[in-house]
Amino acid sequence: MRKIACLVTVTFVLAMMFSTSAFSARKTIIKIGINAPMTGDIPKVGEGSKYAAMLWLDDIEKAGGLDVGGKKYEVELVIEDNESKAESAVKANTKMITQDDVLAIIGPQSSKQAVPAGEVANKYKTVMISPWSTNPNTTLDRPYVFRGCFLDPFQGPVVSNFISEEFGFTKAAVLYDVASDYPKGLAEVFKQAWEKKHGPGSVTAYESFTTKDTDFSSQLTKIVKSGAQVLFTPQYYNEVPLIVRQAKDLGWKGPIVGSDSWGSAETIELCGEACFGQFFSSHYAAAGAKGATKAFIDRYTKTYGYVPDDVAALTWDALRLAQQAIQDYGNITGKIEKDREGVRNALAKIKNFAGITGNMTFTEEGDPIKCAVIVKINNNGEYEFYKSSCP
Amino acid sequence: MEALTDFVQFIIQNLINALQRGSFYAVISIGYSMVYGVLMLFNFAHGDIFMVGTYIGFGIATLFLALFSGFLPGPLIFVATVVVTMFLASWIGVFVEVAGYRPLRSAPRASAAITGLMIGIIFETGILILLGAKRLSFPPLMESIAYNIGGVYFTNVKVMIIILSLLLMLALHAFIQKTKWGMAMRAMSYDFLAVPLMGVSINTIAPLTFAVGAGLAAVAGILYGQAYPILDPYMGVIIGWKAFVAAILGGRGSIKGAALAGYLLGFIEIFVATIFPSTLRDLIAYSIILLILTYRPRGFFGMEHSTKLRL
Repeated sequence: MRKIACLVTVTFVLAMMFSTSAFSARKTIIKIGINAPMTGDIPKVGEGSKYAAMLWLDDIEKAGGLDVGGKKYEVELVIEDNESKAESAVKANTKMITQDDVLAIIGPQSSKQAVPAGEVANKYKTVMISPWSTNPNTTLDRPYVFRGCFLDPFQGPVVSNFISEEFGFTKAAVLYDVASDYPKGLAEVFKQAWEKKHGPGSVTAYESFTTKDTDFSSQLTKIVKSGAQVLFTPQYYNEVPLIVRQAKDLGWKGPIVGSDSWGSAETIELCGEACFGQFFSSHYAAAGAKGATKAFIDRYTKTYGYVPDDVAALTWDALRLAQQAIQDYGNITGKIEKDREGVRNALAKIKNFAGITGNMTFTEEGDPIKCAVIVKINNNGEYEFYKSSCP
Repeated sequence: MEALTDFVQFIIQNLINALQRGSFYAVISIGYSMVYGVLMLFNFAHGDIFMVGTYIGFGIATLFLALFSGFLPGPLIFVATVVVTMFLASWIGVFVEVAGYRPLRSAPRASAAITGLMIGIIFETGILILLGAKRLSFPPLMESIAYNIGGVYFTNVKVMIIILSLLLMLALHAFIQKTKWGMAMRAMSYDFLAVPLMGVSINTIAPLTFAVGAGLAAVAGILYGQAYPILDPYMGVIIGWKAFVAAILGGRGSIKGAALAGYLLGFIEIFVATIFPSTLRDLIAYSIILLILTYRPRGFFGMEHSTKLRL
């Protein structure tokens, strides 16, 4: 009896294996890998990536498959959890490339995982697009690795352009933390961009402090006296409220502008009304979005019950970029190495891609040239899309 | 002429900034000096006692504002917050003495000094576990109004901080000079071996000293919360170090010296950042202090007997 049961099972399994392989021989499935932190420190990031990917897949399925060169292909998502760890992200990439035969990989999101995982993708010559990683090393000297967001220093010139155009100011002051990489780098780039535009000496005060300082009164007194019209301070949510309040107490009247490090919800919680009306640059803003961005936000909110964050929006764009590249390549041969190379070349050639986080064109390094979003903190304390600012 | 008024404005503005900063250093450094006077060691947990005091102040202020803000006037809530916080925080001081220092009173001095550091770390991580890493925002106990007098900007909060700190120190001075307890503390700092023989127990005076120091630090914490309203569990570390520098600079065990040196430290920091590029602030400011100590190794008011014991 047992023997018969065994035999039946084996036959079934064999039959199934045979049938699937026969099926796939007739029809090539396009597989897209998602390498995301579904568990670990930042599961919310993983969730946003997954949800955005599922919306995208939904679109493809509704259209009856992905149209490449006049032929419809079935698309399958391979979602791998990287547990927000570098080793797991490397493992996930290796598995998806060598076992699942994915055509392209979206993710990992954080630089901590994207930098080592990019090494693997590049070694196996498979396109990888990290939607969210801002570390230059992710794409550096890796022709197969791309990203969907701009690099940190890029915000310097963008903000400098925005201030010049919006207010017509010619004199700016900078206050930054000299002991922290991100603000320091951004302050330097902003100063360069501003002085290039308005001539030497147009940054009237270039003041610094060190991490954990809470008193900025001497720096701000200098800044107020220097005759600057605008203050640029690329600081984090724990310093911004102190800087903004102290500046106002010392008689500062002009606008205070920041970078995407302001974008945490805690900035408003800690700063309150003092920060209303200020601006900062960011990847994306949910409130006040228009067009395709708004359509995405509404759809996501309706499906999952909350407003998507920047990770979801950037993941959506990364998937659409991959889709565009596959369609531009136009001829799926079924030979995975050849197809991967073709997709990579098509992706590198994409010009003026209309993403929901801005228009993108890739540089040689695989970093996009795209417009940043200028966010205004409105009078309800929300981060509102103000305008798009390009380099 | 205009250039001159501009310059005077600039100086006065920075003086006000420095007075505010110096007030915090002064009030906190007094805590170091008092303990040193009695026990001949520095309580390195003092910066973190200040931090815990600020968190207690935060809790009390939030509670009182929620309970009474409808029908009690603002200043009354402020005074109530200060009094209750001071009372609660002084028990933190007592706890540090009883749990941390008393068992080690006859241990080598280095062990006792390390105790303070360890208690500080326990406080930091304790708050971190209890309240999480999220920064808290200290609620304003009075509405901040900015004034502009002849181009010099200040707020009512700044003025209040400066005046209240001065009053606090005067009150402490009166306590030490005029009361029996104060006399006992002074006697203890003069000779901590003979005084217990006269019937004044060190087990009373030491916790009292810690309690007064912690109470002062907690009031400084409330004022700090008004000036820099962001709380994090490590906020006491740097300010504690700097106040410790002030306590040494003022002369070990000298309360008057600690207060003066606290103000001086505030002035040096603010004016160095004003004159030189702000990146060099701490480098130049603390080089100046090193130089002062080279020529006055006992600080401003250090007496010979207070430096007999090392550390």
